[in-house]
Amino acid sequence: MDDEAVFRALADGSRRLLLDRLHASNGQNLGELCRGMGMSRQAVAKHLAILEEANLVGVRREGREKLHFINPVPINDIAERWIDKFEAPRLAALAELKRNPEGKDHG
Amino acid sequence: MADGKSAFLYVIYIRTTADELWSALTKPEFSRRYWFGMTVETDWKVGGPWRLKNADGQIFDTGEIVAFDPPRRIVLKWLHERRPELKAEGPARCSIELEPAEGAVKLTIHHTIDRADSKLIEAVSGGWPRILSNLKSLIETGKIALSQ
Repeated sequence: MDDEAVFRALADGSRRLLLDRLHASNGQNLGELCRGMGMSRQAVAKHLAILEEANLVGVRREGREKLHFINPVPINDIAERWIDKFEAPRLAALAELKRNPEGKDHG
Repeated sequence: MADGKSAFLYVIYIRTTADELWSALTKPEFSRRYWFGMTVETDWKVGGPWRLKNADGQIFDTGEIVAFDPPRRIVLKWLHERRPELKAEGPARCSIELEPAEGAVKLTIHHTIDRADSKLIEAVSGGWPRILSNLKSLIETGKIALSQ
């Protein structure tokens, strides 16, 4: 997926709030997502369209309803690309500490 | 979800054809490469059983084939078998849908259960993105991104 679109979509507090709300309760319609956002229905719909474009939100029709879901796939890709590689040396250091807890080599 | 359901939706775009992706999803020799050694055992007959096994033959999940419509849609009844607290939640439903999308295929997985705050749906939400990332890199580059 396009990383630029993902980061652009995440660079907005209202859109991050929408993702948090979907994480708390997945599968909501536009009306539910508008509640407490303090902006027009059109503005929320526009934010959701940007999130959908970046593939951070997936949409599914159920009966007459259009439900929005957070899509964890691009978020996982960002974690692997930008976080896990910094995490690996720290985990290796912890493993080393476990093997040699009293630091005998250094004492 | 407000109405006593838990659900996750996973969407990924893979540069391939629907037929190739379909065969990657349904053939065990392919699945064990991107699904951390797991294979699905089934004859893909609607109403028939399926089992998900690891490389040592331990069964992780079982269920029934609810729909099988190549190369568009698979629906599975899904029962976890390993962790008692997840098995106690009863069967979940997993639908796998393929749609051609501008030189790629949009793969959508919808995993849902008829109960609020499901631990099963929470547990699989960490697994699916890794499996799908691996599937995407295996199909697009011939290599997997993650080995475990």
